[in-house]
Amino acid sequence: MAYNLKENLMKEDRFSGGHRMCAGCGSPIAVRTVLRALDPEDKAVVCSATSCLEVSTFMYPYNAWKDSFIHNAFENAAATISGVEAAYNLMKKKGKIDETWKFITFGGDGGTYDIGFQSLSGAFERGHDFVYVCYDNEAYMNTGIQRSSSTPHFADTTTTPAGTVIPGKLQQKKNLTRIMVAHGSPYVAQTTFIGNFRDITEKAHKAIYTKGPCFLNVMAPCPRGWRYPTEKLMEVTKAAVETCVWPLYEVIEGKYVLNYMPKNKLPVEEYLRLQGRFAHMFKPGNEWMIEQVQQEVDKNWEDLLKLCNM
Amino acid sequence: MTHLAKDMTPDVKWRDITPGCNIFEGGTSASVQTGDWRVLKPVIDWDKCRQCLLCAPVCPDMSIPVGKDGKRGEFDYFYCKGCGVCANVCPFDAITMVKDEK
Repeated sequence: MAYNLKENLMKEDRFSGGHRMCAGCGSPIAVRTVLRALDPEDKAVVCSATSCLEVSTFMYPYNAWKDSFIHNAFENAAATISGVEAAYNLMKKKGKIDETWKFITFGGDGGTYDIGFQSLSGAFERGHDFVYVCYDNEAYMNTGIQRSSSTPHFADTTTTPAGTVIPGKLQQKKNLTRIMVAHGSPYVAQTTFIGNFRDITEKAHKAIYTKGPCFLNVMAPCPRGWRYPTEKLMEVTKAAVETCVWPLYEVIEGKYVLNYMPKNKLPVEEYLRLQGRFAHMFKPGNEWMIEQVQQEVDKNWEDLLKLCNM
Repeated sequence: MTHLAKDMTPDVKWRDITPGCNIFEGGTSASVQTGDWRVLKPVIDWDKCRQCLLCAPVCPDMSIPVGKDGKRGEFDYFYCKGCGVCANVCPFDAITMVKDEK
């Protein structure tokens, strides 16, 4: 299916306005894009882990979801959707349902990398037919920017305040996409918002229509937590891709495919400079932090190129 | 017993809210005006707009409708929170952010 931005946008949105996410938030963009990748005739059950997304789209009596929506708790989004999918399969077998239903779970990085990881891992091991979409904003933004295992090295958060004692977060970011590949999933991809949204839409479509547990890791910037002006959203995601901080790749049946090779790999400063959470790294005497991040990014990029046989 | 979001106004007493807080309909947030959060307002110059549609998918609030003819329409100021992402991605500088006078 060739991608066409105009045709894609002519589909009706399955996510409604009036939700209370912050202005310029990345996660509603991820959600509406993934839901637009569904074929219009197919129905969907959407589940969400507790997150910014859940609390601001699901406030009684208002919800922003036009599809069936289920929320359970922070740690069990993948387990909840597993149960829904198992019930659907049984009802389908008994002839009680005719339509095709798809199962999509959204979780923030807290609900995916940390708290919900056991249920995610379990659901992938059992092999339910669903898609888990992680919108990765790299900290617990809902409760006030606490570090998570997705927060990048040296980022300033409220629980890793950069100052004279520590230089921001002390650990590196966990590479969840590769952990999900190790589960033997048929389709795992890493993406973000770039240009005409071809990358994320095609990956979402593949993930939804591949049988078995599929995983999509979407970088969704948070202007509050990352400390950049709201209008710079697309500049931040572009810089993340061009500096290879967030490479675009997919893994189909264990085979790595690189989707975008930057013509000139930009130095990591181009990404860090846009965001206030890394501002301390540009102070005199802190050049070693930027050098270290550059080394880490280079190493991850080399590893990825090797996996893609490039 | 009602299960509709529109009946659950702030004057409804606790005894009369829907049992189990169930609402039997989707997309009910459509009646919530988030446009009043706005400080800056995007304004489009139709002479400069070439309908490339790059602004439409970046809107977090579904405020840039694309019609059945494949062309974008006027901003939906009922939801637009004025983040300015659309103005920043426009390659033709057709969208400007102006102070929103209420």
